[in-house]
Amino acid sequence: MGSALPLGLAWPESNLIPPLFGTESSFHVYVHIPFCEVRCGYCDFNTYTAKEIGSVSQEDFHRAIIAEIEWSAKILSKSGYPARSISTLFFGGGTPSLFSGNQLKAIMDALQENFSFESDAEVTLEANPESTTPGYLEELHSVGINRLSMGVQSFDPSVLKTLERVHRPELVAPLVTAAKDLGLATSVDLIYGAPKETMESWKETLGQAIELGTGHVSAYSLIVEPGTKLARQIKSGELPETDDDLDADKHKLADSMLSDAGLSWYEVSNWGEPSRHNQAYWRSSDWWGYGPGAHSHVSGNRFWNLKHPLTYQQAVASKAPVAGIEHIDSRTRLEEKLMLELRTKEGVATSLLDSLQISDKAIDDFVERDLLQRDGNVVSVTAKGRLFVDRTVLDLLTI
Amino acid sequence: MSPRARTALEPSLTQQEQLRNFCIIAHIDHGKSTLADRMLQLTGIVNDRQMRDQYLDRMDIERERGITIKSQAVRLPWELENKTFALNMIDTPGHVDFTYEVSRSLAACEGAVLLVDAAQGIEAQTLANLYLAMENDLEIIPVLNKIDLPAAQPEKYAEELANLIGGDPADCLRVSGKTGDGVAELLDRIVERVPAPSGNPDAPARAMIFDSVYDSYRGVVTYVRMIDGRLSPREQIQMMSTRAVHELLEIGVISPEPTVTKGLAAGEVGYLITGVKDVRQSKVGDTVTTKSKPATEALKGYSEPNPMVYSGIYPIDGSDYPNLREALDKLRLSDASLVYEPETSAALGFGFRCGFLGLLHLEIITERLEREFNLSLIATAPSVVYEVTREDNTEFTVTNPSEFPEGKIKSVKEPIVKATILSPKDYVGTIMELCQSRRGTMIDMQYLGEDRVQLRYQLPLAEIVFDFFDQLKSKTQGYASLDYEDDGYLPGDLVKVDLLLQGEKVDAFSSIVHRDKAYAQGTRITGKLRELIPRQQFEVPIQAAIGSRIIARESIRAIRKDVLAKCYGGDISRKRKLLEKQKEGKKRMKMVGRVEVPQEAFIAALSSDESSKSEKKK
Repeated sequence: MGSALPLGLAWPESNLIPPLFGTESSFHVYVHIPFCEVRCGYCDFNTYTAKEIGSVSQEDFHRAIIAEIEWSAKILSKSGYPARSISTLFFGGGTPSLFSGNQLKAIMDALQENFSFESDAEVTLEANPESTTPGYLEELHSVGINRLSMGVQSFDPSVLKTLERVHRPELVAPLVTAAKDLGLATSVDLIYGAPKETMESWKETLGQAIELGTGHVSAYSLIVEPGTKLARQIKSGELPETDDDLDADKHKLADSMLSDAGLSWYEVSNWGEPSRHNQAYWRSSDWWGYGPGAHSHVSGNRFWNLKHPLTYQQAVASKAPVAGIEHIDSRTRLEEKLMLELRTKEGVATSLLDSLQISDKAIDDFVERDLLQRDGNVVSVTAKGRLFVDRTVLDLLTI
Repeated sequence: MSPRARTALEPSLTQQEQLRNFCIIAHIDHGKSTLADRMLQLTGIVNDRQMRDQYLDRMDIERERGITIKSQAVRLPWELENKTFALNMIDTPGHVDFTYEVSRSLAACEGAVLLVDAAQGIEAQTLANLYLAMENDLEIIPVLNKIDLPAAQPEKYAEELANLIGGDPADCLRVSGKTGDGVAELLDRIVERVPAPSGNPDAPARAMIFDSVYDSYRGVVTYVRMIDGRLSPREQIQMMSTRAVHELLEIGVISPEPTVTKGLAAGEVGYLITGVKDVRQSKVGDTVTTKSKPATEALKGYSEPNPMVYSGIYPIDGSDYPNLREALDKLRLSDASLVYEPETSAALGFGFRCGFLGLLHLEIITERLEREFNLSLIATAPSVVYEVTREDNTEFTVTNPSEFPEGKIKSVKEPIVKATILSPKDYVGTIMELCQSRRGTMIDMQYLGEDRVQLRYQLPLAEIVFDFFDQLKSKTQGYASLDYEDDGYLPGDLVKVDLLLQGEKVDAFSSIVHRDKAYAQGTRITGKLRELIPRQQFEVPIQAAIGSRIIARESIRAIRKDVLAKCYGGDISRKRKLLEKQKEGKKRMKMVGRVEVPQEAFIAALSSDESSKSEKKK
């Protein structure tokens, strides 16, 4: 989650967020755990090392989240939403694996009490290899977590060093094996395009990830966010610039190797058995994000929490922990859906394009340029088009 | 200060013997306006309380740029040896673009004050106007100004002036416009030395228009010098060039505010208001007579304004086109030399091809359009007027490079100027090198004093239009000054360089250059465009060509990806805002074929160089 929050309106005094686009959506939960042992050089996420937070205690922080859960249940009910059980839950961060099994259990109990889980709910936790042990995995399993997303990033020690990741690559394989043995679904997160990373290094990383037998891989090109240590290192010349053209080749390599290994592409940066939680984002479903800086979307209401754990913790005890809210109008909703759905294998319905007054003729042009393809009532990106989604969306909306 | 003349002479009843008409010839910062301020105070027509700096320079744009674009005439009372006189001080524009206007102002005078900064000496511009004054047989009164400055070298420059106009260096008056020193003596000298007018008071009226100004409240205000006869209020007057008749609604003098009079008599200077709304109906140089008793022969020296430089002016936002048209229509009311007609560019859309007297004129007009009418504009690279003859003997006048005829060309003629450059002698080599590189031919070179040199060159106007003046200034640390005059047309080995994006010609980037420079020009523009055009989803070849022959090429590599890797819950609002921003950015792009070209690319590639926007004033 990026650190720069968009500006919005103030949270309404009425504490009501009436549905703008019905209440039919499934319901999803994100929990943000804002702690890390160290901050990595490329990271601009809303995360804090113990030294940065002051009076906030990591051991107690789940209480603040539980308070927000209880508050949110009241808000939703008062705003006219029916009781909806949770389809997916995602613990992200930060480093969620810094929370103990008991803390996670307390949060899940509160969610169960206030919303209840669907019987087949997907419950994912992001884990860093260095803060995870086989014993910890057992705890996760016993509290009901059924999917593990491993922040591996790379198997090349020199790349990990550039990224300032502290783990040793050989920690990963035993953890993934242990998780699989416990029956957890597993995902491996990779980052390509770090300064100095070669094509060979990336190929090696992909190969090792595939070796693990994981059911899901996310592979992101590194984004150098302004204000990060990495950005300063590049600016000062200490590290070379990233190379967009090389990244394009790395994306293609990832696609071919992962597909060959049976992990098929389904979103710009994702392969394998789809994460139902992430699909909720791309399908404009409803979710509540708990914790500092977390974003929520409930039927056209997009809002986001106060960023700093301390201010968040104080606010949640007395009033709304929300920093800002925006209400999406119908046109914006359509544009958002185009922007998000075109990223996925499912693509967009032609009815959505009609509503946006994008003509068949306009689509033909993109088909001709091998950026889009048609299949019945669906338009989706081609293999080439995956790398130009943002541009295609801009062009479709400015014809 | 108290006025020396206790009673001013009444306009329309003043005898020619009591009149003195003069102008001040000076370089831009040699202190003409400050000297005029002192004259206004000393003669008592502006009191100390009303006084403000540069009293006569009215328009903001003039005051800011330090340039007097529009001349005015001020009637000053003065007394010498118990006789009262009326002095008419006629202001002259100080820039090469306005030579014709200067010549008409000079023709309205019998004398000229040659005002030179005692710390800097004479400049090329001043010299050119001095020669013009001498050709008009004006009595020249040499004056060194700013003698209060520590750096003043009055002896040295008095010598220089004496060399130029003849006479004794001791005759050169020394004044300070700042302190007022010597100004009274100067007014005395004007009375003594400038001849009185000698028109025929009884002949049919003939008045020469030396300026014509549009005023939004009064319509056109016409400044005239009466030569023969007289004009009276309510009379019907006639313009001799067009035979158009107007009613004289108001007649008066400026002293220094407009003052209505009972008429203007022979030799006098004043203004006329007829209610016309367009300065074209009251043209500089034209002769005014009366309908009832018309003169048979017009005064000599009238000519139509002749644009030297053309540029395409386009609104950045295409929907501003009607506003641009309206703005030009309005400016035209006050500027008889501005010509324009609609033009369409495949790259830039709808705009106007505008003709200007010179580069300064171009800059003033575009600045006024942007400032007074709140428009954002692209002005294409200035072009001179070429005369092109094809092998089949059809002739073309080309004001826009994209209209250069196709097919076999027999000859291309380009406008030539005679340039005068004044400089300290140390820079002679540098200047010769510069003129050589701009296809110049030396006419002559002479020393004005022991360390100042006058170089005269024949140069193609197109070479001056580019960035000659900036180069001259930078290569001589600002010491050299430049003036030029029209010197006809000469054939040149000129070719059109086209620019192609993805094989398609882009009209707005075409230019006409000498064959020897075509390669450098092609390389420069292709290189610049490669930097300025963002990468597209396909490779974009950029080529420069003469006809079908490619002389330079560059290529913009295709972009390989344009997608943000991560887009989860918290990224959505940010990403949507970014999309909104990108939509705005896309609006500022011009589609040239399939290629998106940012507006800046047109401006940057078409402007001569980074320095081209720097000041052109002299």
